[in-house]
Amino acid sequence: MSKTDAEIRFGNPAELHGTKVQIPYLITEKNTFKRMDDEDKQQETQSPTMSPLASPPSSPPHYQRVPLSHGYSKLRSSTEQMHPAPYEARQPLVQPEGPSSGAPGAKPPRHQASLIRSFSVEREPHDNNSNYPDEPWRITEEQREYYVNQFRSLQPDPSSFISGSVAKNFFTKSKLSIPELSYIWELSDADCDGALTLPEFCAAFHLIVARKTGYPLPEGLPPTLQPEYLQAAFPKPKRECSLFDSYSESMPANQQPRELNRMEKLSIKDMADFPVPAQDVTSDDKQALLQRLKLCCLPSDLPLFCCRSYSSTSIEEAMKRGEDPPTPPPRPQKTHSRASSLDLNKVFQPSVPATKSGLLPPPPALPPRPCPSQSEQASEAEIHPQLNRAPSQAADSSPTKKDIPYSQPPSKPIRRKFRPENPATENQEPSSTVGGPASAATGKPHTAVQKQSSKQKKAIQTAIRKNKEANAVLARLNSELQQQLKEVHQERIALENQLEQLRPVTVL
Amino acid sequence: MAVCVAVIAKENYPLYIRSIPTENELKFHYMVHTSLDVVDEKISAMGKALVDQRELYLGLLYPTEDYKLCSYGYVTNSKVKFVMVVDSSNTALRDNEIRSMFRKLHNSYTDVMCNPFYNPGDRIQSRAFDSMVTSMMVQVC
Repeated sequence: MSKTDAEIRFGNPAELHGTKVQIPYLITEKNTFKRMDDEDKQQETQSPTMSPLASPPSSPPHYQRVPLSHGYSKLRSSTEQMHPAPYEARQPLVQPEGPSSGAPGAKPPRHQASLIRSFSVEREPHDNNSNYPDEPWRITEEQREYYVNQFRSLQPDPSSFISGSVAKNFFTKSKLSIPELSYIWELSDADCDGALTLPEFCAAFHLIVARKTGYPLPEGLPPTLQPEYLQAAFPKPKRECSLFDSYSESMPANQQPRELNRMEKLSIKDMADFPVPAQDVTSDDKQALLQRLKLCCLPSDLPLFCCRSYSSTSIEEAMKRGEDPPTPPPRPQKTHSRASSLDLNKVFQPSVPATKSGLLPPPPALPPRPCPSQSEQASEAEIHPQLNRAPSQAADSSPTKKDIPYSQPPSKPIRRKFRPENPATENQEPSSTVGGPASAATGKPHTAVQKQSSKQKKAIQTAIRKNKEANAVLARLNSELQQQLKEVHQERIALENQLEQLRPVTVL
Repeated sequence: MAVCVAVIAKENYPLYIRSIPTENELKFHYMVHTSLDVVDEKISAMGKALVDQRELYLGLLYPTEDYKLCSYGYVTNSKVKFVMVVDSSNTALRDNEIRSMFRKLHNSYTDVMCNPFYNPGDRIQSRAFDSMVTSMMVQVC
């Protein structure tokens, strides 16, 4: 990809280098981190954690960066020719980016990423098999650890297989369509044995994650996801040397999609002749990873795959949905928010609680509705003592008053849980008023009473409304049940008729 | 080169049919269908003997003006049949080639079966299988 292009254009103006270096990052949002390793390596001597917009790029660093990153592609020359124009066109855009070392959320890279992504998608078939530039297909350390953990959850022995059925159940949780999962399996099961080894599993998982983030599935397994590469790469800290070795060694002959890789791999052997870039890359790669880790915002509470792209949240959500969605937190019980203000109902309208308590035994489907009446009663109980006593005493007495309404509606104990909150809030309000000068203590309860009377009216109205709604629902339920009763009656009549018709026959 | 490749399930319904798009494809499908009868005949003739790994049907099953079509058959141990219609006008005798083509088909088919997401009896939608079949199909200009 761009790296190889950059390498070839080493002798070209730095601008092109800058663009080429930048482009790989911008290729997909998801790639920003994966791409970072190369950039980071080069930036080690510079500021590793530079934000994309921090500093304008200087040409010399770009020059330096290019040979360091990739000594690849002579092969790229063919694909390169396709890309010169777009690269140059993107120069002015890319250059201001500077040596962005990986803020994934930088908007200009994103913007350019959108520009470049379409381009990179075109280049996918060609560049799919290049070593570094497969940004979406490179598995980072964190991802790999996650995959390995998931593998262990399915199969304790990391060197053994996961059977097809186990893997199928696991991957089905990702909620991808079966044809897509089938294709992903096809790609990742290199030896087609119906079982996944650890590298195959990582590749499959990675493809699933990529697909969930919206990245199109490749035509063939990318080289960075091939089992040989994965096996060689991750156990060793220095990937590059092993990378070249694995590439030269790995020549799978079966699947046609991999034939594309062969050309790449052959060219990669040539690349191994670049000792300097390779070594620099190896040493830098580890540091790049570390830098990437620092920059990466791994959500600590993420149970599932953590991706550092903007789409990380979507991946997380997707994976969360896919993998045993956590049970939702228990819903808070519905309560009447103004319950605390309804205490006066009991004081001024003793009949009201009685009528309301009459509504108390509701049908099992409507428990929440009559609750406001209960809360009103309780709130009345609260305010009443508050009017007469100190707030501390009111707090003590309100629970006792609550017991009175409690005895009536045995189905309403749940509501009472919020009582302690209400008295607390209630106490705070009157305490602020009553806690003032003692002389004002007498006056303030009166003002409180007036306010509470208005609140009381509102509460009554809302209670009335809710009771009406409850009535309507009950009436509807009643009508439905009566309808069902009629139907059942009719059925019974029909059956009895049939029975009578049959009876004379049997008798005869 | 083959002009039509078909994979028929044990119950004689197609799992995969692919023809070159130039000709009227129904003709090829019809050829495949008629050759199935011959294949069944041969299978039943086997009887006690082990199912032969490869079975050839050689002959002008459906002569046309353009070219002579031959259909070859191949039966696996699980009674899955591969039927291939080839254009025999180009090359004369390609028995070994036909066998190698069937072997490739069989290998790809087993790869498809190894995929746990593939339920036996489904249509084959594997891209690897498609690409392998494409490589066998005649390139019609």
